[in-house]
Amino acid sequence: MLKIRNLEAGYGSLTVLRRVTMHVSPGEIVTMIGANGAGKTTLLSTLSGLVRARAGEVLFSGRDISGLPPEQRVAAGCSLVPEGRQVFQTMTVRENLLLGASVLRKRGEGSKTGEELDNVYHLFPVLRERQHQLAGTLSGGEQQMLAIGRAQMARPKLIMMDEPSMGLAPLVVKQIFFIVRKLRDEGITILLVEQNARAALGIADRGYVLETGRIIVQGPSEELLANRDVQRAYLGRDLDAER
Amino acid sequence: MSAELFFQYLVAGVTYGIIYSIVAIGFNIIYNTTGIINFAQGEFVMLGGMTAVTLNGFMPLPAAIVVAVLVTMAIGALVEIVFIRWLVNPSVLRMIIITIGLSILIREIALHVWDEKVRALPYFTGTSVSSIEVGGVHISPQVLWVIGVCTVIVIILNFFFSCTSMGRQMRACSDNRNAARLCGISARNMVTLSFVLSAGIGALAGCVVSPITYVQYDSGTGLAIKGFTVAILGGLGNSMAAVAAGILLGVLESFSIWVMPTAFKDALSISILLIILFARPSGLFGSREVFSMKEF
Ligand SMILES: Nc1ncnc2c1ncn2[C@@H]1O[C@H](COP(=O)(O)OP(=O)(O)O)[C@@H](O)[C@H]1O
Ligand SMILES: [Mg+2]
Repeated sequence: MLKIRNLEAGYGSLTVLRRVTMHVSPGEIVTMIGANGAGKTTLLSTLSGLVRARAGEVLFSGRDISGLPPEQRVAAGCSLVPEGRQVFQTMTVRENLLLGASVLRKRGEGSKTGEELDNVYHLFPVLRERQHQLAGTLSGGEQQMLAIGRAQMARPKLIMMDEPSMGLAPLVVKQIFFIVRKLRDEGITILLVEQNARAALGIADRGYVLETGRIIVQGPSEELLANRDVQRAYLGRDLDAER
Repeated sequence: MSAELFFQYLVAGVTYGIIYSIVAIGFNIIYNTTGIINFAQGEFVMLGGMTAVTLNGFMPLPAAIVVAVLVTMAIGALVEIVFIRWLVNPSVLRMIIITIGLSILIREIALHVWDEKVRALPYFTGTSVSSIEVGGVHISPQVLWVIGVCTVIVIILNFFFSCTSMGRQMRACSDNRNAARLCGISARNMVTLSFVLSAGIGALAGCVVSPITYVQYDSGTGLAIKGFTVAILGGLGNSMAAVAAGILLGVLESFSIWVMPTAFKDALSISILLIILFARPSGLFGSREVFSMKEF
């Protein structure tokens, strides 16, 4: 579904991503974990087209999308749920969701908007209850659900999520991760970027660890959960000390 | 002052005020999608009026107005595509200089095309001396045209922004540009559209007022200053507040000649502009927090 080879990106004279190579297969939940400032957001911004890649390849469904602007990548079926939710604060919940469906008309699927809206309301009943409320007045968890629902409205093949658990209470995080799994069950492939490594590896099939812009470890989730370096750095567990 | 005279002044004030509001809404539409002030907004009003006057020589008035509005919209699109679209993250100062330059450019071209002569469209109904009695006050029918057309513009715009998918997409761009792009909305096209829309309503306003105020190659400048004052007074970006602020300024100006010489009438809006910018830059109706988040 998504294949990235030797991707480099940054801001001005600052290079953030260095030769990042990874892939996401159809139907997978893949997680990318890393500390604050590792370059996770930069990676997703580059994949969604908000930041230009300096080198490397981004293949989506076999097609090179690295030159496309964000709106065309969304139209191709690759959506991002950005860091910090970024819902349209001054607009209602329903308007936010309808905006998410903007590409459907371009794709000639405009008639599916209503069906998809029902779908999202079914997945997030609280959004239906609040559909006429301004998005800015929702709680953090509800805004995160709205951001996910908005991405879903575009009927994407792949959803990339940037730290959906950020700033949320543990119970809400659980709910969000439950939804992520449900989306996968509906056939959407997921690239989940997280600092909350334990929770992310808990639902992912595979994971990558990003450190200062480089991928340092990769593998199936169970393997990463058992990896000593990963445990020490990201799971808050020091086996040497425990011994 | 007699009641009759009071109402005459009030009506005159409201008429001018509504025109200022329309210019201010033009500022706001572009400001909301781009974060920039288009100082060439007054020129769109002038272009609308001038083009309609010229076209009216070849075709009936309604057709001339429609074509003039369309031509001005095309010019608005052209201006955006040629001068604005290709800029990558321009600074606010750079945008201000570009739009001021544009306003000078358009004015000079208008001077070459139409010379310095003052022109006007004929009265839409009746003549300059006909009047309609409303509640004991005599009003020129053109005043009713101005108020009517501008009210319809405001209602249609409101409908456009709240109920159509394109209007929603424009609002999304002003709310959060990157999030809008991530929804698959082409922010660039929305910017072009905002120029087209602003040019169109400016041109239409220019057509309906021209019988009363006349139009000349440089009449956009004065309107731009008034419109800008109103946009700031109402709180930048807030179009409904602009209507209230516009009427307020128009009425203030109209009554100002009772206490000040007529020559100071135009100085009034500049004074208000300066006072507002110093004392309450978020405008009469805006909240300070919202304002501090905007770039200007
Ligand atoms: N818009 C930006 N301009 C300049 N530098 C940035 C920008 N965004 C992030 N950075 C820098 O890039 C590096 C990676 O940041 P980011 O991708 O946000 O990391 P993460 O999401 O993993 O916390 C950091 O050093 C950060 O300071
Ligand atoms: Mg981040």
